[in-house]
Amino acid sequence: MDMSIALILGQDGITNGAIYALLALALVLVFAVTRVIFIQQGEFVAYGALTLAMMQSGALPATVWLLVVMGVLVTALDGAKALKAGQGRRAAAVAGWNLAYPLALAGLLSVLPANTLPLALQVILTLAIVVPMGPMMYRLMYQPIASAPVLILLIVSVALHITMVGLGLLFFGAEGQRTPAFSDASFELGPLMVTGQTIWVLVVSVLLIVALYQFFERTLYGKALRATAINRVGAQLMGISPALAGKLTFFLAAFIGALSGVLIAPITTIYYDTGFLIGLKGFVAAIIGGLASYPLAALGALVVGLLEAFASFWASAYKEVIVFTLIIPVLLWRSLTSRHVEEEE
Amino acid sequence: MRTDRLALGAFLALLLLVPAILSPYYVTLLNYIGLYAMVALGLVLLTGVGGLTSFGQAAFVGLGAYTTAALTTATDLPSWIAWVGASPWLTLVAGLILTAVVAVLIGSLTLKLSGHFLPLGTIAWGISLYFLFGTMASLGGHTGISGIPAISLFGWTLDDGGEIYYLIWAFLLVAMLTTHNLLDSREGRAIRALKGGRVMAEAMGVDTGRARMIIFVIAALLACASGWLYAHMQRFVNPTPFGVHIGIEYLFMAVVGGAGYVWGAIVGAGVITVLKQWLQDWLPSILGASGNFEMIVFGILMVLVLHRAREGLWPILKKLVPMRAIHKTIDAGAEPLPRRTLPKAGELILEAKDVTRKFGGLIANNNMSLEVRAGEILALIGPNGAGKSTMFNQISGVDTPTSGEVLFLGKPVAGHDSREIARLGMSRTFQHVKLLPTMTVLENVAIGAHLRSGKGVLSSAWRLDRAEEARILKEAAAQIERVGLTEHMYEEAGSLALGQQRILEIARALCADPCLLLLDEPAAGLRFKEKEALGDLLKKLRSEGMATLIVEHDMDFVMNLVDRVVVMEFGQKIAEGLPDEIQQNPAVLEAYLGGVE
Amino acid sequence: MTQQTQAAASNANAKNPVLEVKDLSVSYGKVEALTNASITVGEGQIVTVIGPNGAGKTTMLSAIMGVLGSKGQVAFDGSLEVVPEVERMVARGMNLVPEKRELFGEMSVEDNLILGAFQRYRMGKRGHVQTLEEVYALFPRLKERRDQHAGTMSGGERQMLAVGRALMAKPKLLMLDEPSLGLAPLIVREIFRIIGELRRRGVSILLVEQNARAALQVADYAYVLETGQIAMQGPAHELADDPRVIEAYLGFGGKHQAMLST
Repeated sequence: MDMSIALILGQDGITNGAIYALLALALVLVFAVTRVIFIQQGEFVAYGALTLAMMQSGALPATVWLLVVMGVLVTALDGAKALKAGQGRRAAAVAGWNLAYPLALAGLLSVLPANTLPLALQVILTLAIVVPMGPMMYRLMYQPIASAPVLILLIVSVALHITMVGLGLLFFGAEGQRTPAFSDASFELGPLMVTGQTIWVLVVSVLLIVALYQFFERTLYGKALRATAINRVGAQLMGISPALAGKLTFFLAAFIGALSGVLIAPITTIYYDTGFLIGLKGFVAAIIGGLASYPLAALGALVVGLLEAFASFWASAYKEVIVFTLIIPVLLWRSLTSRHVEEEE
Repeated sequence: MRTDRLALGAFLALLLLVPAILSPYYVTLLNYIGLYAMVALGLVLLTGVGGLTSFGQAAFVGLGAYTTAALTTATDLPSWIAWVGASPWLTLVAGLILTAVVAVLIGSLTLKLSGHFLPLGTIAWGISLYFLFGTMASLGGHTGISGIPAISLFGWTLDDGGEIYYLIWAFLLVAMLTTHNLLDSREGRAIRALKGGRVMAEAMGVDTGRARMIIFVIAALLACASGWLYAHMQRFVNPTPFGVHIGIEYLFMAVVGGAGYVWGAIVGAGVITVLKQWLQDWLPSILGASGNFEMIVFGILMVLVLHRAREGLWPILKKLVPMRAIHKTIDAGAEPLPRRTLPKAGELILEAKDVTRKFGGLIANNNMSLEVRAGEILALIGPNGAGKSTMFNQISGVDTPTSGEVLFLGKPVAGHDSREIARLGMSRTFQHVKLLPTMTVLENVAIGAHLRSGKGVLSSAWRLDRAEEARILKEAAAQIERVGLTEHMYEEAGSLALGQQRILEIARALCADPCLLLLDEPAAGLRFKEKEALGDLLKKLRSEGMATLIVEHDMDFVMNLVDRVVVMEFGQKIAEGLPDEIQQNPAVLEAYLGGVE
Repeated sequence: MTQQTQAAASNANAKNPVLEVKDLSVSYGKVEALTNASITVGEGQIVTVIGPNGAGKTTMLSAIMGVLGSKGQVAFDGSLEVVPEVERMVARGMNLVPEKRELFGEMSVEDNLILGAFQRYRMGKRGHVQTLEEVYALFPRLKERRDQHAGTMSGGERQMLAVGRALMAKPKLLMLDEPSLGLAPLIVREIFRIIGELRRRGVSILLVEQNARAALQVADYAYVLETGQIAMQGPAHELADDPRVIEAYLGFGGKHQAMLST
């Protein structure tokens, strides 16, 4: 291997690492606030990428119908509850967000020539379809069992993961998709050719991380999520309901997932089931951070990205084996540092 | 004839007749159900009973299948291993050994971690092994290995679905029987305590880390055996059936069927397998596309089961067959368990010297010292938040003091495992009762005798432990009688009133034959008569030479019972002496009653 | 004895009750921890619930707040809650300072306080900056330590922060669970001074205490809870002189009655 190959691999590794870092941050956040291990994060990546691709091909993204169905279910549950309690305004709000919004979006998309719109608008429409599924999913699948043991929540996540993969196959077919790059520009940096998409990925990732930091440090809602992660009972006593915190967290996680998908779709071909492996690499990074530390998780993500890039050069067939085996020394280190018997929830 | 035996007999007879009356299609379906149920059975033990979750069982199935496939078909193996390939029975042994080694390795990495790391780890190594099967050229890559020989048994070659059927179901039934036996034994009680009772089990001397490893390895071995049968049934293997998504399906089978029940494995494997067949026929034609759409339904079904019937289908089915509760019989003639020789009255049993425990900026215990002698009851009292429970934890090994020393029978025990301390003869109860609510009172108390007995997993699985089991149960029954709970012996511990649950904890502690009893608020929630009875019991134990340390709030109870009192406030000792002295001590009264001015 | 006391007395002084609890019961599985408890807190009153460990005091507060499921009626500020929901109760002006404080340890003192105003902020009410200054005026110590992590503070400071955080919600009813727990006498005195001060500002208070004498001195009305049931009740000064309280609560067999009345 010479220097230029190393640089190219390094560039690949850092680009992928940036995406894994975003996913790892979302995973740590979701676990800290809701105790849910967000296995289906990868499916949000794939849904984001493939919804955009479908839109660009001129078809009506089938994911919008999933949004409508989920919205109907949420409206049925929460709307009925609000009406029963005589809270008419609340019922109207529930129906507005969960019924009117998805239907309006579906209507808009069926009349709009989405494939001719500028890319930025297509991305916004994609996010408008995929991101609300996050909070709806929390409401339908997790809120009824929010206090269940972590393992039960994990099994629910895994169940939702396979459901979403199956639906992905139904919506998008078995064909892989690659969307056009955000920009065709490329820059020569010494011996290295940096593509415009790489810069997009890095800049957006950094901006997003900074924005998240600001959200958690400066806004009351961000602080409320942190508070919930630190002390669930204390937060509840302040009126920060676990349901609100859960929905907000899932909104953020779905946003990060779908945006990551949109960002990498021009770099890698995305299939309906690609998300799982991408999401799991975010997990390896999150586990490096012990599912608790954001900086360690981000650092772990860069390690995973670089390891993957170099492994694909040296032992391309064993790339995945090497990446997932990385988890073993990490777990070993964690098991050596934990001593006392803990009571599992 | 009992209805449950009748139902079981009918089930077995039906199984026997299946190949004769059903078409090969159904026999094949049942073969798969049998194979899947064996893996699901491992998950029942691991997840339902032990509270550990694995999505990677399919990889162990693959390990079993690939081991036998590679060894029985290879032509150019080195001679030191080639002889194994001569018979599938030898490769079964080889596969089991390899699986056990791998499981112990993986287990030692992940089992010590808190709950969610294990399932995440299983996903990761499940994927790794899957890719390994697919990429190693010597294992045939993605095309796999074909030409695997059929199994022969006493000269009978099982090369037909209807023949290997009997072998599959014989394996499964033996596995179910041994699992059932194992769960109903000394080791089984330890395993059943893993879910939600680890701290208690450790305090009773159970090595819960070892118990977790045991069920992890057993589950892996069951999966391996299933893989071996699968390879010789199909006569061909490729990586597809060993991926992580199949691993997820196995877990679904266990959960849908009823992860806490041995029979849940068959129910789950049956329901999922049959449903999968249907859905694979129906869904593509409904949806107009081909693919694994049954996964959509499985996922939703799984969520619904977890929302609505977390215990799975078996408990619901079980209600259809009316069963009489069968009580364990206590064999009055069983030889009593060995007892330790109690120290002589007045001998120093426990000595805490200058114990300090800090949590961040808070000093929960500050230079606390106390001693307990054989044949005396010492009370540790003080207002809420005075640090009594922290002190209790330092002595019992649940926590480690920041500084200071705890000597038990002259040996330093501060910072030692609770089970080591239990082995030395200290036994405790918990302020927030820790018992296994779905187990009977008898079984709960029997856990206390864990260290006084020694039969292991194999003797339990094959029922070679019955003599010792009778001795344990006799001892447990005797302790239950001693504390006055005999009439509740066969009830579920969770259905007792709180006061009775506290008494149960004392019986369990006594079952360990301790020389020092640590009681954390034993009288809280007790009615007057119950308190009297408890007081009488403790006095009787004292007269037998037992040393007792009691943390208690109820002054009336304490003052009429104990020999000496240590009073704590703000983490420190503020007074020590005879009950009468303590009751007159102004500092104590101030601490207890408080005051503004 | 308890039957009579219960039938004869009720918190009749409570005009305009802020809180009326009727027949509240809570079960943990098959075990009942609270049985048909009825209590009333009048506007501007301090009402205390005392009783031995495990009597169900904390359970009662949790059930009123909606943290625990319960049977029975909870009427707060004039309207009946069929199923109390924590967020709703907070929004309507009920706050609980729990026994374990439940602070956000890795957040600053000021962030802890600001989060106390979360429900108000959410309902569109601003002005928490002003409330923050009021809380700082009440607890100057918190202002000094505003940037410090809550987890690094001493026990007394933590309790002040917990009370201050609850006050950020501008509660009508403040429920305090063992506010003096584990605190040194000087700080206990300070806490009780503040409880008195809050009442002067019109906050009604439901106080659960093991520090019986202090609680009975500061309260208007008192309930004694024993094994999940209200065993006795009456004006606080009367109960303070009642030998049965000392016996029931402390089990000193009435020998030290004198201690209470000094």
